[in-house]
This record gives sequence, structure tokens and C-alpha cells, in this order.
Amino acid sequence: MDIHEYQAKEILQSFGVTIPRGGIVYSPETAENKAREIGGSKWVVKAQIHSGARGKAGGVIVCNSPLEVAQATDKLLGKKLVTNQTGPEGKIVNRIYIEEATDIEKELYLGLVFDRASESIMVVASTEGGMSVEEIAKEKPDSIIRSKIEVAVGIQSFQARELAFGLGIEPELIRRASETIMGCAKAFSELDATMVEVNPLVISKQKQILALDCKMSFDNNAMFRRDKVSELRDKTQEDEKEVYASDRGLNYVSLEGNIGNIINGAGLAMASMDMIKLAGGEPANFLDVGGGATPEKIVKAFRLITMDKKVKVILVNIFAGINRCDWVAEGIVQALEKIEIKVPLVIRLAGTNVEKGNKILRDSKLNYIEANTLEDAANKAVAALK
Amino acid sequence: MAVIIEKDTKILIQGFTGKMGTFHAEEMIKYGSNVVGGVTPGKGGQKHLDRPVFNTVKDAVKHTGATASILFVPPAFAADSAMEAADAGIKTCVAIVDGIPSHDMIRIKRYMRRYSRNEKMTLVGPNCAGIISPGKSMLGIMPGHIYKEGRVGIISRSGTLGYEAAEQMKNLGIGISTSVGIGGDPINGSSFRDIIEKFETDDETDAILMIGEIGGPQEVAAGEFAKENMKKPVIGYIAGLTAPKGRVMGHAGAIVSAYGESAIEKVEILKECGVTISKNPSVMGDTVKSVLEKI
Repeated sequence: MDIHEYQAKEILQSFGVTIPRGGIVYSPETAENKAREIGGSKWVVKAQIHSGARGKAGGVIVCNSPLEVAQATDKLLGKKLVTNQTGPEGKIVNRIYIEEATDIEKELYLGLVFDRASESIMVVASTEGGMSVEEIAKEKPDSIIRSKIEVAVGIQSFQARELAFGLGIEPELIRRASETIMGCAKAFSELDATMVEVNPLVISKQKQILALDCKMSFDNNAMFRRDKVSELRDKTQEDEKEVYASDRGLNYVSLEGNIGNIINGAGLAMASMDMIKLAGGEPANFLDVGGGATPEKIVKAFRLITMDKKVKVILVNIFAGINRCDWVAEGIVQALEKIEIKVPLVIRLAGTNVEKGNKILRDSKLNYIEANTLEDAANKAVAALK
Repeated sequence: MAVIIEKDTKILIQGFTGKMGTFHAEEMIKYGSNVVGGVTPGKGGQKHLDRPVFNTVKDAVKHTGATASILFVPPAFAADSAMEAADAGIKTCVAIVDGIPSHDMIRIKRYMRRYSRNEKMTLVGPNCAGIISPGKSMLGIMPGHIYKEGRVGIISRSGTLGYEAAEQMKNLGIGISTSVGIGGDPINGSSFRDIIEKFETDDETDAILMIGEIGGPQEVAAGEFAKENMKKPVIGYIAGLTAPKGRVMGHAGAIVSAYGESAIEKVEILKECGVTISKNPSVMGDTVKSVLEKI
């Protein structure tokens, strides 16, 4: 789960990280007042969407008066911002963060992620703040320093100090820099985060260490014990169909193609999409209804796929184990009594009682194309496009 | 002897009396697995499926001599249950449950470091189908009848894609020595490399089919291990050719975030390691067949 910049900043602040003064607004009028309340003579108006690279997309505007702040807010609110991370449809701006401008002396990069190879939390830091970590890795790989945090004991002071010295931070600021790094690490560990990125982490001309931009992501599997984090979810930033799916226990990812598919198991779903591609088609989605493929999930899956207007063919591929093909077939027949399908439908069943399952489908009034193997199913789905 | 489990391996069900635990315990018993009892805290002393229920894993081990367990507990309690099994002296623990937080998985693995190599538990999963040695024992949730007895080892992240492979092989007359589902999570108990190493020394296995997917370094690590240390042929398939970068594809671990984690990159690296690649998922069986013919 992703959250907004301002939410990440509030969290980090509660872990002892300093952030510039700022506040969230939802209208130009409150924006003007918020700018006065924050004080100073220069502000930054920042569109809050779940994406990086907002600056390049015009989502960050520097203002020199409260009036300009109001105008900038008016310009951004309700707009769809397209960045290199949002896809062509962009993301809607419903919230604006107003922040006092910072006199930047130095920009640094600080990121924390799970390192799957060492199964620990990896802190990645660089003197080249402001660029993406991929760009830094490509262009300035020597500037990157890393430190592994042992999950069982958490970050140690010496590790934070080593990182701070490694970044070339001047001695009188080392302590504050260490506290900042430790705050980020503690937030990561204590809130079940999967990513914390402060980019840039800046040293201001006033010798403050400030988190200027932040991103945080959290482990969806841990949200049952993170009520406060769960509340920060903003569904307007997610694909409508993906929200529908996740609220109903389906694993769904919207893609660009036109062959919709309903499959049980994530691995089999990826494999079926690969077959579609090899057969010359493009999948419209990834959809895993779960290994069991219960009738309830199948109904929900068909509802979801029919919401997607770009789908021209639907491919169902279920490998039934203990759940048996005859039971799955009955589920499909029942689902399609409730939901009207206007595009060709290819169904491939495999596994336990496959003959019985296929017989149930054939004896039903269902209009569909039967397929036997993975390859057969993909070929028939692509052929049905024409 | 088979890898990991034997015909007479004594099995405990953790979360025995729950709906999932009951259903799958019955399936395992029907298959012939030696289920000797189960654990549900607070229900110790009762009988369930004609087998004793214990309050703690320690009690269960003491009274039954069990050496393996399978977890059917909700994700929030899974880490606790796995550590309880490790502490009670269980040698093999399969965690079926999907949805364990990554932080908890790391905690379990660190906890297990307190045991010496000989005493250490093998944890398989989470978010997996479990282990089956066809004709011997099933410590999992798979449909047992699609696995023919034979001499090929399977290691798969995905459950249903593993079933697909087993069925393709059965249709070609190829049997399986043991199939291990290692699960789709980013941090798991046993990696491809851990299991592939066990297969290399297993005298009942001639070749290994490794079914991987996008995300993480494990498939490549296993390939590199195979290149350096293995004599048995390894066949591989990597799912997720069409998966976009940065998106989680169902399995929490199926996300491309670094170089070497996409399907194409993994396939290239595995090929360099001498792994025979199944070019698509509908020819996994055929690819295994062609490799076996060359042995």
C-alpha cells in the first residue's frame, strides 16, 4: 500500500525526522490562509498523488505570495497529472500540500527497502540527492553507500553514524543526521513498511537536516495490525477495477491488452498470460481468483472483467485440484446465469474430474469455446478476436 | 529414501480442529500420510478425526514422536506457530498460509538460527502447496492423484502451475520423486537453492524441474548453485513474461524491482548456468521428457 508524501512526512516527523513547515488543503481559499499561517515569503505548492517525478509533470509550483499559492492550488486541484510512473491515464489531484520553501545547501538520497537476498532491511544512501535511485545507480554508482539492518535488533547508532560520515556530512551535523537515519529505520520496522524513501534529504543553508520529499509503502499482509496506516489508504489514487478486486479478495492488475482472463493461482495466471502473448495476443489483465476458485469468486471475477470495456475475448483457465472441475463448472454456469457476456468466451478446465466438468459446460446453455491445453486455450482466445 | 518426508514420517496438524485444518488433514489421511495428531491450544485432551489433540507442540511431540508439522493457522499467528514447532524439535514444517507479514518471516528465520545445523527445522512456505512424495506421503494441500510416482523432482513457487506441470508429466508417463512448493512470498522458509541441493543428493531423483517466476534473486541463485555443484540436469520455467515492472502479480514476491528479476533476464541467466529452459508453460512436460531421454 502506498501513501501520500504529506502522510509519509507526518509519520517520519513522529519518529524524530525534521520536515519543513506545511499543511494540507483541499481548496484554493484555504490554501491562501494556509500559506499565511505557515508564514515566510516563499512557498511550494505540491500536488499529492501516488507517484514520483511530479515536478517534471508540473505538479510542484514555487510561489511568492499567498495569492499565487491560491492560484497554483486552483490550477492543480482536480487535474489529472501524468508522470512517467502513472501511465497515460494519469492520477487525479484531490489534495494539495503547501510547504515553506527551503534554502537548499546540499541534496542527499536516503532509501530503505527489504533486501531479498540477505533477508534484511537495506539502507541505501547517496550524495546525489534529487535523482532517482535507478539514475544514481547508473550514473554515479560510486556515490552509493549501503548498510544492512538486522531485523531482530533494529538499526544501531554506529550504523547511522557510518552512513552520515559516509555522506560527507560535517561533524557538527552528524548527530542530527544519525537521528534522522535512525528515525526512518524505526518507522520502517515499527510500521511494517516495505519502502521508505527520502529524496531529497537536504541540508539547508540554516544547517537543518530536512526531509524534503518522502515516499512510503507498506506490507499489505501486515495491515491487520496497522490500523492507523490502513486509514491512510487513498482509493482515488488506485485503478477503479483494482480497488473493486482488492475489496473482494481477488488479485487483479489492469493491463493494456484486450484478452480478459480469469485464472486460479498467481503462477498459472502469469503462465497463461505468457501463452496469450506467445499466441500473438495481449492480456487485458492479471486475475487470480485463488487456488480454490470458489463459485462466489468466479461470479465476482466475471463482474470485474465485464467492467473492463477494452476486453474483446474472455479466457477462463482453471486447474482444479481438490476443488474438482465439476464443481468449478457448476460455478461458471451459475455465474453466467447472473452476468451477461457479450464477447467470445474460451474455457479451459484441467485437473480433477475434467471430463465431468466439460460435460456440465457442454450440457448447459452456455455459448463458449472449449479448450484442452494451455496452448490450445491461448490460440483459441487469440483466434476469437478476429 | 525420499527428500524431506518418508512414508512413515509422523505428522502433526497445527490448527487441527479448524475448518481448513480438518479438511486438509482428512485429505492427507486419505492419501496415506501418517497423521498422528494435532495441536489446538485449549482443546488438548480431545480427539479429532480419531487422533489426539494437544495444547502445545511440545506435548504433541512428546506423546507422538512427530517430526513434521503443517500449519493451518491464520496469518497473524503463523510466525508464533512456526517458532513453536522449531522449539519443540519438529524437523520439517510446512506453512500453507498466505498473508504472513514479511517482517514476521524474517523474525522466524532469525529465530531458527539459534539451533545448530542438525537440530534446525526445515521450513517450507509460506503461501505454498506443500510437499508430496507420490505413493509415500503428502504434507500439503495438493490433489495427490495427479502426481505419478517416479524420479523427477519438482520445485515450484506456484501451487496450480506446479499441478499443471505434474499433470503434463503424468500424461507423458513421467513420474515424480518429490514435489516441493516453496511459495510465492518475498521471504520464504526454503529457497530454490535449499531444495535443489537436497535433490542433488537424493538417490531417488534423476532430474529437477524448477518452476519460478518474476521477482527476487532465488531462481538465479539456484542456477548458479547448479552450475557449480550439480551433476543432475535441471529444467526451468519462469512465469511472468508479460508482467509489467513494479507491479505485484498476485504473489507478494512476484514483482520486478531490480536487474535480473524479470522473466527474460532470469531465463538468460539460467541458460548460461546450463539449465534447460521450457520455452513456454505448455511444454514443461515435453522439456523434462527430452532431457530425461539424454541421460
